[in-house]
Amino acid sequence: MSAAPTRAEICVVAIAECFRGDGEILANPIGTIPMIGGRLARASFEPDLLMTDGEALLIANDGAFAWPEGRVVESYNPYRAMFDVVWSGRRHVIMGASQIDRFGNQNFAAIGSDYARPKAQLLGFRGAPGNTVNDATSYWVPRHSPRVFVDRVDVVTGVGWDRAMKAGPAATRFFDLRRVVTDLAVLDWETPDRSMRLRSVHPGVTVEQVREATGFELVVPEGVPESRSPTPEELRLIRDVIDPEGRREEEVPG
Amino acid sequence: MTVDKRVTEEEVAAELADGMTVGVGGWGSRRKPMSIVRAIARSSLKDLTIVSYGGPDVGLLCAAGKVRRVVYAFVSLDTIPLDPHFRAARQTGAVEDEPWDEGLFLLGLQAAAWRVPFLPTRVGLGSDLPRLNPRLSTVASPFDGEELIAAPALELDAAICHLDRADQRGNACFLGADLYFDDLFLRAAGRRFISTEKVVPTDQLVAEAGTELRLRINRSMVDAVVERRGGAHFTECPPDYRRDESFQAAYASAASSPEAWADFRAEWVDVDEADYQRRVAAR
Repeated sequence: MSAAPTRAEICVVAIAECFRGDGEILANPIGTIPMIGGRLARASFEPDLLMTDGEALLIANDGAFAWPEGRVVESYNPYRAMFDVVWSGRRHVIMGASQIDRFGNQNFAAIGSDYARPKAQLLGFRGAPGNTVNDATSYWVPRHSPRVFVDRVDVVTGVGWDRAMKAGPAATRFFDLRRVVTDLAVLDWETPDRSMRLRSVHPGVTVEQVREATGFELVVPEGVPESRSPTPEELRLIRDVIDPEGRREEEVPG
Repeated sequence: MTVDKRVTEEEVAAELADGMTVGVGGWGSRRKPMSIVRAIARSSLKDLTIVSYGGPDVGLLCAAGKVRRVVYAFVSLDTIPLDPHFRAARQTGAVEDEPWDEGLFLLGLQAAAWRVPFLPTRVGLGSDLPRLNPRLSTVASPFDGEELIAAPALELDAAICHLDRADQRGNACFLGADLYFDDLFLRAAGRRFISTEKVVPTDQLVAEAGTELRLRINRSMVDAVVERRGGAHFTECPPDYRRDESFQAAYASAASSPEAWADFRAEWVDVDEADYQRRVAAR
């Protein structure tokens, strides 16, 4: 019945896999495909996850963006309570990154060498410093390029492995930096010196393509596996239940 | 006779002084006290330090040349992720930048509200915040020696917030999804000003709010009340109104050139607030 999975749907599954084993915590994926991936994890292999409506409610619905049947509200979670969640550690956040380096230091505050007068002012620090030293953290990069995967970030908003270890035990105690999912691949830091490793490449992508799109030397093990494809049931959930409007295809065109 | 704290936006602006630190309630482009912000933009005030979960309050005041320093974790218009007026001010070096994490910011306000010099946290460790925000410091736990970040009290000379309903003495409630941190802004400030969609008799506040759980601002936290229907426009103020997206888009595109800003300013800032509201209704 179903057409072959698109690249966007491979990304959705890769995001869902980030939450495997997380249990009864807040899955807090930020971005279109992350929202779909988090919903997919909960609707399939990680049913105890909690998720927000994007604002102040925790809702049980499988739909990622629209709830024509009405929202099923599990709890009230205004920003004040969100920081209680963040600092108690019962959360896995997936953030974006304008720049990220080999140890996972992330920047989305400003681009340029002079912070007092940046070439481009971006979001600011948002919650990145607090998220990364308190919660499991992963990243979503919809366009894998050397402009994002850089040798050195201009500003460290989210903390990477090297900086956390240098900052000492108070910084590493709850530090748990996990994965990066991009439109080309999945990366992690499961290496002796915590430098970024190519974990899997999406179907149709070569290792060489990922290397060329990365501005630093990646750790590439022998025989990098392919990112897994959605099962027929996962495809049905994505297409019919979670994202029937196909917003995933706008973020990562086929 | 019951005290009546009602004033106008111009009277609020007249209570402020050059160089003051002013906290602004709301979050992003949500329930911002925009009519008071516009009055400040029209005034002769200058060199303000603005402390905000930033939205168009920050961008508008930067564009109007009122700001020396911005204390913030983000400046966003929600549906437009970045405020172009704030970006321009940063990229030309027109304003000083004091970066915070958005949770650290809550601790700074809470410390000021509780009258302690700092609150300890892990937030900031390992990041560039301590390098770029010299007000942050570290503190060793007296119990186990753990070295934490000390979030300094964000003491405010004044705070401005927009609440959905209030009485004339300053008891107020929020009707939307989130109070945000308005109570902390008011408790952290020396002078406390709110605007409200509607002033109602005290004995109708619970009925207006639907539940006493929404009566989160009491009159000891408020010095003056501005009654202004549409006072949060063009930011959202549900359930009374949604964000005015087409107006917000016009505000954002006014950052494209000095001429575009001059036109916007003449039409939408340098006008009496009642006139502004009439023009918005006629759009």
